[in-house]
Amino acid sequence: MPTNTLNGHTFTVDDEGFFTDPDQWSPELAADMAELIGTELDDAHMAPLEFMRSDAAEHGATPTLRRMHATGGFDIKELYRLYPGKPVKKMAWLAGLPKPTGCV
Amino acid sequence: MNTLLILGAGTAGTMAANLLRTKLGDDWSITIVDRDNEHHYQPGYLFVPFWMPEGRVVKERDAFLPDGVDFVQRDIARVHPDQRWVELADGQRLDYDWLVIASGSRPRPDLVPGMADGSLWRDKVHEFYTLEGSVALRDALADFHEGRLLVHFADQPIKCPVAPLEFTFLVEDKYRKAGLRHDVDITYVTPLDGAFTKPVASETLGDLLRQRSIRLAADFAVERIDNDTQHLVSWDGRELPFDLLVSIPPHTGAQFVMDSGLGDDLGFVPVDKHTLQAVDHERIFVLGDASDIPTSKAGSVAHFAAELFVDNFLAAVAGEPMPRSFDGHANCFVESGRNQALLLDFNYDTQPLTGTFPAAGVGPMRLLEPTRINHLGKLAFEQVYWRLLLPGKRLPVPANMSMAGKNEP
Repeated sequence: MPTNTLNGHTFTVDDEGFFTDPDQWSPELAADMAELIGTELDDAHMAPLEFMRSDAAEHGATPTLRRMHATGGFDIKELYRLYPGKPVKKMAWLAGLPKPTGCV
Repeated sequence: MNTLLILGAGTAGTMAANLLRTKLGDDWSITIVDRDNEHHYQPGYLFVPFWMPEGRVVKERDAFLPDGVDFVQRDIARVHPDQRWVELADGQRLDYDWLVIASGSRPRPDLVPGMADGSLWRDKVHEFYTLEGSVALRDALADFHEGRLLVHFADQPIKCPVAPLEFTFLVEDKYRKAGLRHDVDITYVTPLDGAFTKPVASETLGDLLRQRSIRLAADFAVERIDNDTQHLVSWDGRELPFDLLVSIPPHTGAQFVMDSGLGDDLGFVPVDKHTLQAVDHERIFVLGDASDIPTSKAGSVAHFAAELFVDNFLAAVAGEPMPRSFDGHANCFVESGRNQALLLDFNYDTQPLTGTFPAAGVGPMRLLEPTRINHLGKLAFEQVYWRLLLPGKRLPVPANMSMAGKNEP
């Protein structure tokens, strides 16, 4: 497993840079990572990350966009505004979770 | 007298009935419930738009149920797990000691705005995950000779997640053979970031799409179908024009599962993925697509799981520890056109790999490679399904996946 180090934090990642151990995550680390993709983690940005982490901890899988909406109550358009392009992928990465592939 | 109740007489429920009737003694009654008496060979839906007669897909459910199993043809309203009884739509009450939920998954065109409620539904907007849809698509293809064709699926999980790709390869082949390929522009539209979820298979299948000049639109999270302008619209603002759209909608579990509060937000019942016992109800097991296990919703999975389920069920009934652990084994033939198919064999932990199957070096099937023998295997499976799989006979493939013959990445 490759290891990444950012501002003194060390964490293991998969080939695409997603965390392999959610326990190595911290909000501070997320803020540092967000800077790398030009995003500032304010409360609006943090809320979906926190939902993702608690939902993933409970269900063992990174939630999909549909689930973010249906269960988390997030507005999908708003998520695209906060995280343009590939919101779920960006959010999963920032939340220290595996890439949301759904199931095969 | 002990009572086993099975909800759903499809692939999983029928197998469970057949396997358990031989294992449970005369002191057990077995009742199976389904809303109608039509058992569909669902893999046939893929072929109906191209060549398979629609009547060939349907047989009577009760013809595949053993003696000693009561078949109740009725809609199910609700499960009352705490009092252990099932309420039917007409108010009738069925008590149980043990319950098997095998009510599958269902496509929900009502969940995509502009699909089921759009003016182009079953005209220029189609699916092939129901018999009605396959027949409508067959007729639409017969009239479609040029233009932009999109093949799309909305979100995971769907049944047989490779079927949209298979349809793409088959429809490409159809227009190539008809000499119309240059008039038909085909795009495969997926919410995934590639042709498939797992790297090795995604690369192989992506290569095939490129070789056949099929465009790939990836990371496409559908927002709606615009019927007026004929566009498929994504949340990030992409608008793909179409003259014919084949779109597989999101799936959920059965309505009664949702109404009973037994399902997750998509109506799939949370189970222990190794034993298939419901997480919150020890008297309930879930077989087939109805559970939330993280593998393909496919008949092969139901089959492999059924074998292990029986041993676990008997142990649970006897109050003993469950002896078997399911690994999520799935085995899928993927039609790739040109009378060829690929074979995928994988489980919870191992992605589809290249190699030979079922025997190392010998095969005769080759994994993740288009071959004619894989295609013949796919066609032969129809008879295997009716004659061996449903009656619960053993197939020459182990229930848990084997690494024999597989090439490590």
